[in-house]
Amino acid sequence: MTQGSLATGASAGLSPGPSSGPQSANLADILERVLDKGIVIAGDIKVNLLDIELLTIKLRLVIASLDTASQVGINWWQADPWLSADAANGSNRRELEEENRQLRSRVKALEARSRDGG
Amino acid sequence: MAAESGWVWMYGVAGDDLEAFADGVAGVGGAPPRTITAAGLTAIVGAVGDREYGEAALRRNLEDLDWLARTARAHHAVLEAVAERGPVVPMRLATLFASDAAVTGTLQERADDFREALSLISARSEWGVKAYAVKQSDPAGEPGRPAAGREGPATGPGAAYLQRRRAQLTASKDARQEALASARTVYTDLGRFAVSSRLYPPQAPDLAGQQTPMVLNAAYLVADERAGEFAAAMADLTARHRFVQLTLTGPWPAYSFAGEGDGPGPR
Repeated sequence: MTQGSLATGASAGLSPGPSSGPQSANLADILERVLDKGIVIAGDIKVNLLDIELLTIKLRLVIASLDTASQVGINWWQADPWLSADAANGSNRRELEEENRQLRSRVKALEARSRDGG
Repeated sequence: MAAESGWVWMYGVAGDDLEAFADGVAGVGGAPPRTITAAGLTAIVGAVGDREYGEAALRRNLEDLDWLARTARAHHAVLEAVAERGPVVPMRLATLFASDAAVTGTLQERADDFREALSLISARSEWGVKAYAVKQSDPAGEPGRPAAGREGPATGPGAAYLQRRRAQLTASKDARQEALASARTVYTDLGRFAVSSRLYPPQAPDLAGQQTPMVLNAAYLVADERAGEFAAAMADLTARHRFVQLTLTGPWPAYSFAGEGDGPGPR
C-alpha cells in the first residue's frame, strides 16, 4: 500500500511568510495541536491527557481552558520588563532611598523649627 | 489485554482514496505506518509495543518531555505526510487500540463522524498565525536619564523618577493596547479569507522561544485555492501594524478543525 517514490513529509511547502526564519514546526505548536486538538476517539487505552502533570504544571502548556490561558497571559504580561514599569526600574531604587533619607531629615528639621517658633 | 504484546497506534483517518503516503516516515516507536480500510475509510496506524505504550508506561512516559517531544513529532510527521496526499482527520495523541479489529470496529461505528470531518477539511488546510508584541524603540524617553528640567521646581530624583515612571507606564500601556488591538484586527481581517478559525491561548515566551509576548495565537482553515490571498493579506497586515510581528506556519494537517462537533472533545 505504500510506495517509496513520494517525498517525506519533513518540509511542508510553505508560502513565503511575512517573517523570515525557518518555520519548521516548533514543538509548542505541535504539542498544542496533537494534545489539545485532533478528533477524540475512545481507544482501548484510557489516558486523560489533561491529567498529565508535565503538561499542566511543568510545561505550562495551556491545554485545559481559556480561563487558564488568561491566567497565564496575565502572568507573563506582569513579569515582562518592558510592559511592566515596575520590573524595569530597579536601578532607580538607590536614588529614591537617598532622596527619602534627605526628605526625612528635612521634615525633622522643619518640625523642630516649627516647635521652636510656636 | 493480557495476550497482547502490543498496541495499534492510530494517527488519523482518511478517505478510501488515500494515495500511498511516504514510507520514508518513521512512525511512533519506529514502526512504519500502515493502513486499515473499512467502511470506505482508511485508518493510518502503526504497531507499538506494550512496554513503552501500555497504559502504565504511557502515563509515565507522557511525563517525560523528551519522550513526549519525540512521540508528538513522530505522530505529526506521519500526519503531515498523509495530509500532503489528501485530507486526513488527525487523532489526538495516544489513541491506541488493542487490535486491527478494534480499529475496524471504530471506523464502522464512527463512519459518519469521520466522513463529516473529512468533508469539512477537504481541499482546505490549516494555517497558524501568531502575533508578537513588538518592543517599541523609543518609549517616552530613555530610562535612567532624568527628564531634564521641564517642570522647573519639581527637581530631585524622586520627582524625576515619578515623571519617568508615569511616562513609561503610559508608553507600556499604549504599546500593549496597540499590540492587543492590532492582534484583534489581524485575527478578524484574516478571518475573511478563511472557512473557520480558532484561537489558541498565547504561548508563554520561554516555550515559544521568543522574548516578546505573544498576543495572538490563531489557526485558520483556509481553502487551498485561497492560500495565496491569505498569505498576501498576512503581508499586508504585517506592513500596516508596527506594534506586532506576525508569523505564519503551515500548512498543517487540520488538527484544529477536525474535531468539530465532537461532543466532549475540542470545541
